[in-house]
Amino acid sequence: MATTTTTVPSAGPVAGSRSFFSRLREGDEIARMITFLFAASVVLVTVLLVFELWQGSALSRHKFGFHFFRTSVWDPIFEQFGALPFIYGTLVTATVSLLIAVPLGIGAAIFLAELAPARVSDTLEFFIDLLAAVPSVIYGVLGIFIVVPLMRQYIQPALKHSLGFLPLFQGPAYGVGFLTAGIVLAIMVIPYIISVSREVLLSVPRDQREAALSLGATRWESTWKVVVPFARAGIFGSIFLALARALGETMAVTMVIGNTPVISASLFSPGYSIAAVIANEFTEATGDLHTQSLIELGLVLFILTFILNGFARLLIVATSQRGSGTGHV
Amino acid sequence: MKRLAGFLLVVLALAGVLWADSALSITGAGATFPYPMYSKWFDEYHKKNANLEINYQSIGSGGGIKQVTEGTVDFGATDGPMNDDQLKAYQDKHGFGILHFPTVLGADVPAYNVPGVTAELNFTQDAIAGIFLGKITKWNDPAISGPNKGLNLPANDIVVVHRSEGSGTTYIWTDYLSKVSDEWKTKVGKGASVNWPVGLGAKGNESVAGTIKNTPNSFGYVELIYAIQNNMPYGRVRNSSGAFVKADLASVTAAAAGAAKNMPDDFRVSITDAPGKTAYPISSFTWLLVPAKFSDATKRDAIKGFVKWMLADGQNYTEALSYAKLPKEVVAKELKALNNVQ
Repeated sequence: MATTTTTVPSAGPVAGSRSFFSRLREGDEIARMITFLFAASVVLVTVLLVFELWQGSALSRHKFGFHFFRTSVWDPIFEQFGALPFIYGTLVTATVSLLIAVPLGIGAAIFLAELAPARVSDTLEFFIDLLAAVPSVIYGVLGIFIVVPLMRQYIQPALKHSLGFLPLFQGPAYGVGFLTAGIVLAIMVIPYIISVSREVLLSVPRDQREAALSLGATRWESTWKVVVPFARAGIFGSIFLALARALGETMAVTMVIGNTPVISASLFSPGYSIAAVIANEFTEATGDLHTQSLIELGLVLFILTFILNGFARLLIVATSQRGSGTGHV
Repeated sequence: MKRLAGFLLVVLALAGVLWADSALSITGAGATFPYPMYSKWFDEYHKKNANLEINYQSIGSGGGIKQVTEGTVDFGATDGPMNDDQLKAYQDKHGFGILHFPTVLGADVPAYNVPGVTAELNFTQDAIAGIFLGKITKWNDPAISGPNKGLNLPANDIVVVHRSEGSGTTYIWTDYLSKVSDEWKTKVGKGASVNWPVGLGAKGNESVAGTIKNTPNSFGYVELIYAIQNNMPYGRVRNSSGAFVKADLASVTAAAAGAAKNMPDDFRVSITDAPGKTAYPISSFTWLLVPAKFSDATKRDAIKGFVKWMLADGQNYTEALSYAKLPKEVVAKELKALNNVQ
């Protein structure tokens, strides 16, 4: 009925040669402008965010300067603010979580993509997506009621007994702390790693596998030496997605980390993370300097994420030049 | 078609009536601690005065002070009174002051988990301050065992638990510690969030309670209301008269009555460590913050009407929600002060 007037524009060089007005009339130009606006809004939001964080933390930036990153006292009453314990806690918990989640997640993804029957793989994928959608506060509750008592009663004493000579596993076993937060974060980010890595592995062309097999490789050799390297960039992508989530996670971390701004070599020690302290103190921060220091912490978290993301890009570029597969077939 | 138009007209007319009905809407923001009480009050008051609707957002005391100072809400609410700088900032911005009106009372209670001890423990001022300063580290320290004769307290390390997020509960606790310990006052101070010398931070009363329950040898503080509603065991605290008092609604009101005699005209008073034999020492008022001048007379009258009701009939709803009532002397003084709202 009303659609009879629609014409399908031909692709290729012809589209470029048409006049602006004909493109406008046919909708291409409109579509281009609208989607450009959408894309531009991403940049706009990022710029606005940085601007607001920068602007909102002026007081604390001027008062503390670079000391903000070097001192570890956080005292809202006497208005002394230092970010070091929070940066430390954020990095340590994220590292612990990735140390646990990366091998587990990639292992599971390899099984699901390469070895498991399609039906099993699809069913499990459903559950993994479900796990990824569980709100973080639920993971926090699980952490408090299951992980924390387990840590205090069994895991921490066992670690102390076997590896207690390392400074990592010393001190009293409270149950909460860096290690517990890292474990809960690992549980939260594993679904991301599995889900994305599985998709990437599944999209590796069949020819690659068949070529490897026809050269006499075993199934595992073809998976480990051909398919996984081919999908390397995507797998790294899934890890950095997980890292981003781990760095910014608030609710689940604050429930199990112990919320104490200290720097300790022991993973058993209670700690604090940037996102957790912002969430905890922002609403009741009465002094301007306190509020602005919290905003500056937000800026620090942003910069931290930015640096780690940049680092991630470099890593992908560096390894894909050296490796066999980069994704172009 | 005609029928549809008629229907729409009726809907519009109804909407118009409803709109006109709730024409006066007053907004407030602030303290989370009295939120259950406030929402009950605003609800009951709305039932009596259908044309007035009071919206309250429990965004925290700090947020309440900020928003009322910026003028984005009609009134604020706080668990700790505004300090002189904040009052001055308000005065400078608006050209008139802001008044504090106590609404109800709350208290903090010491909660603990000591293996093998089921009796209610007695705590002295020095014991509580010493534990929170990290100076008393074992449960069998003489400062704790002294007033608990006959109990076999273990030689275990005390795990201190405090609130991690800024809260009125912490304000009351640290206000108390600042009064009973000079060292606390100079080293830590009082506030909604402080630089804790020792301990684990847990988010909210429920997390503090949960952490204490799950951690052997722990010691912390929770709101009285939370402890009552969840049947949590808690200890007695020695007050300034030397008596060990268990917190309940009566002993909290007694603390307010003890302080009422010396109540300053602006109601900014701390009643921790209050005088009186039956007074519970870790108690506090919570306040409404009402601007001294309103440009809108109907709003002014509505707020004054509500405060008047809250001080009279409203007080009857408090005990069902485990808040302690205001003493009569304070109510009388507040009614007088209400005349200063113009």
